[in-house]
Amino acid sequence: MAATSAASSISIGSTVPRATSSSLPQSRAQAVNFNYSLPRFTALRSSTLLSGPESSSFAKSLRGSVTKSQSTSTKPYGLNINASYKVAVLGAAGGIGQPLSLLIKMSPLVSTLHLYDIANVKGVAADLSHCNTPSQVRDFTGPAELADCLKDVNVVVIPAGVPRKPGMTRDDLFNINAGIVKTLVEAVADNCPNAFIHIISNPVNSTVPIAAEVLKKKGVYDPKKLFGVTTLDVVRANTFVSQKKNLKLIDVDVPVIGGHAGITILPLLSKTKPSVSFTDEEIEKLTLRIQNAGTEVVDAKAGAGSATLSMAYAAARFVESSLRALDGDGDVYECSFVDSTLTDLPFFASRIKIGRNGVEAVIESDLQGLTEYEQKALEALKPELKASIEKGVAFANKPAN
Amino acid sequence: MEFRGDASQRIAMISAHLQPSFTSQMEEKNSVMGRENCRGKGGKAGFKVAILGAAGGIGQSLSLLMKMNPLVSLLHLYDVVNAPGVTADVSHMDTGAVVRGFLGAKQLEDALTGMDLVIPAGVPRKPGMTRDDLFKINAGIVKTLCEAGTYDPKKLLGVTTLDVARANTFVAEVLGLDPREVDVPVVGGHAGVTILPLLSQVKPPSSFTPSETEYLTNRIQNGGTEVVEAKAGAGSATLSMAYAAAKFADACLRGLRGDANVVECSFVASQVTELPFFATKVRLGRTGAEEVYQLGPLNEYERVGPEKAKEELAGSIQKGVDFIRK
Repeated sequence: MAATSAASSISIGSTVPRATSSSLPQSRAQAVNFNYSLPRFTALRSSTLLSGPESSSFAKSLRGSVTKSQSTSTKPYGLNINASYKVAVLGAAGGIGQPLSLLIKMSPLVSTLHLYDIANVKGVAADLSHCNTPSQVRDFTGPAELADCLKDVNVVVIPAGVPRKPGMTRDDLFNINAGIVKTLVEAVADNCPNAFIHIISNPVNSTVPIAAEVLKKKGVYDPKKLFGVTTLDVVRANTFVSQKKNLKLIDVDVPVIGGHAGITILPLLSKTKPSVSFTDEEIEKLTLRIQNAGTEVVDAKAGAGSATLSMAYAAARFVESSLRALDGDGDVYECSFVDSTLTDLPFFASRIKIGRNGVEAVIESDLQGLTEYEQKALEALKPELKASIEKGVAFANKPAN
Repeated sequence: MEFRGDASQRIAMISAHLQPSFTSQMEEKNSVMGRENCRGKGGKAGFKVAILGAAGGIGQSLSLLMKMNPLVSLLHLYDVVNAPGVTADVSHMDTGAVVRGFLGAKQLEDALTGMDLVIPAGVPRKPGMTRDDLFKINAGIVKTLCEAGTYDPKKLLGVTTLDVARANTFVAEVLGLDPREVDVPVVGGHAGVTILPLLSQVKPPSSFTPSETEYLTNRIQNGGTEVVEAKAGAGSATLSMAYAAAKFADACLRGLRGDANVVECSFVASQVTELPFFATKVRLGRTGAEEVYQLGPLNEYERVGPEKAKEELAGSIQKGVDFIRK
């Protein structure tokens, strides 16, 4: 894995990353590269906060298994103990919002956690406020309090909306969730236009374009700061591939591109790290499983909801990556659905490098050297993705009624 | 839910690998099964944890946190409803633990077989209820889950970590410190006045005015009620309880692993007072609660607390004992 290929494949507006001994950019949160000596948060596999001030079993076992395979970037990122970021969760009392808020509450990078919902959020905030972690929790209920919730916030996470029931596609949620996202992003535009915006509400393929249109109308659109959260697809891909190939999960990283629904989810199995070979049948089966994993959970829950815990986990990982990027970490890579010139579509999910100002680079090499299967799948997904994007744009531009 | 008379025999088999007296029998049949080798089967270092009530309010978040713990190699999620949904959800997370779901009383035994750590849960409070009101419901549940003839007092631990977490948080607020740096021992029990924070023993050493002591003690004792009221009928503490339970479970696993100096507060069989059970700091090791610490020096205010607490605690303990003996 030559360092040079990494440098040449990144499309960038600013500087080329310094040649490092690291291999191609990793999609997963890589907090483990860093040396620091105080209680630390080593990515979402662990939380030192769970074990208290004593040296954490999480941190130890994590460092031990990872340091041999990862190499550090040029400048070691030292976690700034005084780092203090403000995060707002819109939809905090919901199925995803609650466990997501718990995980964010446990992060040492967060000083203030603002929880917003239309009901029940006082209880969630009271509950979380008892955890002995440094962030202060405040609750905000209803549209009248939304502005206060968002003032001076660095990262806004939006899981708000309704989940699927068996038999529904993500698109079936469109009518309700589109309106919710539109209203919430309008408030973001008015109150914290410089924040990173993480959209979880489905259908992400449409709600992200809706958000973009809303921000454009308000004259505050920064394409580098709008992210559709697709981390769960990566998490699922990692899990299923490692199960199939009997790999150690902590080493596995599968990039997933395209969109966040059905066939628009395209796992690039040929680019799995570590390098593994798959039979054609395995590729077919794994790709289908990854694409339908969300439905797998909706069916297993038999009407009781969709993925909440794994979604919270994935979303919290993405929040943490964003916070580290804000904090100056120069080695943050994740997959996300963003405003992109990688294809002829206005939005596309791929690996990106995240920096202080948001998306710093889109990893072009993800689209190079695809297998025939992947190339075909890529062509097949484009029409559906295009349609979803246009549906979102059309909705956002409808005259208000 | 009925258990037949051979239940204690079955439970004994299930937990055999944790009992030194059984290993000699086991070893004859299978020489590889020494106690050490029973840990982390499947070639993977790690412990096996079962969460009973995994689809409930606490259970779901607790399952999430335990799935994230690298010390766990196998996670069994059991409940009487909705276990398949939670299992499918959690199983997608890309962390090491293998997840299996178990639904309904018939699968309880399988859920428990070979486990190193079992965490039971129950039904939550609504406003106006005390924890004691839950007694009838939850006692029945816990009884079913723990029916056994193999009671080892070192391995039965009441989780009071949430009281400690709350104490640390509220004291840190008053002192203006980072809550991660505050450590308040909390002794006694896990309900109302039986919760006794020992503020005089706080680390870092600090002093409090009488009104601060009063305020803090009351707030810590009523922390649970604070959340029940804020949730206005929607439940009791779930997220903070999951957080605290996961923290305690992690401490138990580190103890099982042989780490030194793993000390947590817990409600255990105890000789520290004349009561059969009492929460104090305990040192957790390979055989469970290996050392139960004394209360330590108490100030005047704190000497009063235990006396009041003991009455109520004695009543609660007796109620539990009577329930089983009926």
